[in-house]
Amino acid sequence: MRNGNATDSPIHQHGSCFEMTPMSRETILRSIRQHLPQSSPLPDLTGPWIRYPDPIAQFASVLEMIGGTCIRVPTVADIAAQLERIPAYASATKTLSLIPEIGPTNVAMDSIDDPHQLDDIDFAILPGHFGVAENAAVWVTDTGVKHRVVYFLCQHLALVIPADQIVHNLAEAYERIEFRDPHFGAFIAGPSKTADIEQSLVIGAHGPRSMTVFLVG
Amino acid sequence: MTTTKVRKHPVNAAVFVADNDRAHWHDQALWFVRSKRDKMAATLPEWEELRQRASEIKLHTLSRLADLLEEFERNATKLGATVHWARTPAEHNGIVLSIIKKHNATKVVKSKSMLTEECHLNPFLERNGVTVTDTDLGEWIVQLLEEPPSHIVMPAIHIKREEVGDLFHKHLGTDAGATDPPYLVNAARKRLREEFLGAEIGLTGVNFAIAETGGFVVCTNEGNADLGVSLPKVHIACMGIEKMIPRLKDLSIFLRLLGRSATGQPITTYSSHFHGPMPGGEMHIILVDNGRSDILGSEEFRRSLHCIRCGACMNTCPVYRRSGGHSYQTTVPGPIGSILAPSRDAKTYSTLPYACSLCGSCSDVCPVKIDLHTQLLSWRKEIAHRKLLPWSKRMSMTLAGMMFQRTWLFTIIGRWGRWLLPKLPRFMVYNRFNDWGKQRELPPMPKRSFREMYAERKRDR
Repeated sequence: MRNGNATDSPIHQHGSCFEMTPMSRETILRSIRQHLPQSSPLPDLTGPWIRYPDPIAQFASVLEMIGGTCIRVPTVADIAAQLERIPAYASATKTLSLIPEIGPTNVAMDSIDDPHQLDDIDFAILPGHFGVAENAAVWVTDTGVKHRVVYFLCQHLALVIPADQIVHNLAEAYERIEFRDPHFGAFIAGPSKTADIEQSLVIGAHGPRSMTVFLVG
Repeated sequence: MTTTKVRKHPVNAAVFVADNDRAHWHDQALWFVRSKRDKMAATLPEWEELRQRASEIKLHTLSRLADLLEEFERNATKLGATVHWARTPAEHNGIVLSIIKKHNATKVVKSKSMLTEECHLNPFLERNGVTVTDTDLGEWIVQLLEEPPSHIVMPAIHIKREEVGDLFHKHLGTDAGATDPPYLVNAARKRLREEFLGAEIGLTGVNFAIAETGGFVVCTNEGNADLGVSLPKVHIACMGIEKMIPRLKDLSIFLRLLGRSATGQPITTYSSHFHGPMPGGEMHIILVDNGRSDILGSEEFRRSLHCIRCGACMNTCPVYRRSGGHSYQTTVPGPIGSILAPSRDAKTYSTLPYACSLCGSCSDVCPVKIDLHTQLLSWRKEIAHRKLLPWSKRMSMTLAGMMFQRTWLFTIIGRWGRWLLPKLPRFMVYNRFNDWGKQRELPPMPKRSFREMYAERKRDR
């Protein structure tokens, strides 16, 4: 068996490593093929997966549990009034919105070339594609979002999703996801958090200190 | 870390348990996480079905691993990523360094990756003039303390808030004596956000790599992986070859299990799916073997490659909770680490399969149904077979074996023991030869053996 401590010898020449790679590839694949266990079927993914009598209520209650806030509004136009009631929004200096009907905000994403310039965004209002009732995760992508870092770098985050776009569980969620071209997608469930100091939960680790989800309709 | 420095698990554990209050505190902290996991698992009626499917998907994956890796490489390349292969930690580290050098970079931010710990990447890069900042808060704390993580999900679970307060006072200038977690986290937030903004390259681990799409998923709660690879243009992702899954939709099984098993969350805050580089950026994926393909060849131990690194087996393990992660002296500690480490080096890590009471709790909580306690027992057999047991244990096992094979001998020794033991002076029972008398009193000797009581009962009927 190979021993994992070969790292202490300073690497001979970093430039040579790219040449090493093709040989390593063949060696690894050969070693795997020599050691393959007998084949075993791939299970299908249909199952008795949980469904909720009221997925929207379930989504909202899980979101509260993980430190987020869920606000239901009849139309996108009603979001503005709700935003004014959020102290972090009312006191924000720099705001950014990628939802055309919401504004006015004072930073336009498309006029920014370097994502580092987004480091002082206080409040961002961004689109979500759909939500998942079982875990209050919201699917977001970088489609139409010039700098994906905004989801993670803003001080406070609000996501907007149509209320009829709440699925029951992750199995239903993955029915809606595909990756044909290079792009980025993520489930975001609640604000950034950590419990790394004595298991004491602190909201607002490095990313957004709060997460509000507006369910429209 | 060289293998010669590795001490036996019982020696390390003795140091940990010498501080009784701390050992108790550590035990409770982990049990708290285990309890959260139970609560969360109970919210899903299909929990056992999910574990079953996850296990079947991993079984299938291992049986086609070479094909799936090639499929992954093809698809990742199509998306614009560069795929590298590394047999050893040295090769892995060399590839990382060559990418950094190509970009004339010196500042790297890294999100949690047990693989880079396994490869000892940080000290290697630092020797080569690169500054690496671990951005997971727990991992950053242990990095500042110049310690390895003691847990794979909660790297600083063994550190008290007072110690974090002192550390941050020294490094970040927080108020002396401050121990309030929100205050300390906020100070770290401020500094680490500066690190993200100043970094030239972002490095992450990989939770799942998808053969079908050529993409991969990284899960964090802090958002540190996303910040680290969405500001710099270059993303390096390091993964063990066992992280593969065949289909995108398989994630609907694994992401339901991972967060719930790890910390009792319905899902991690961020589950990020990376497919190809950012516009105008670069993405490198390094596939590392480091002994994994050898483990694949072992009928008994290959299922240890199912592991999705949730840490549930550690949180539940009575030995881990009471001896601390550092007592294992491996990158991955606890039950799964005690299987993986001897697979690489049985001689050095021969005591780890014995750091186990065979209670089986690890196997019960494992989200991918690894038969952990059975494998630990198999390792014991293997270690005895390879004559790696210390003389004292070999001797006592031989004697015990002789006794258990002979009913008459067992009966006589039992009778003598029950009679003699209470009469012996204390120092003859509680001494360094009797590990079972450490920290606890032996139970009072029964007057009669079970066999005697049973025989009597039968007579009376």
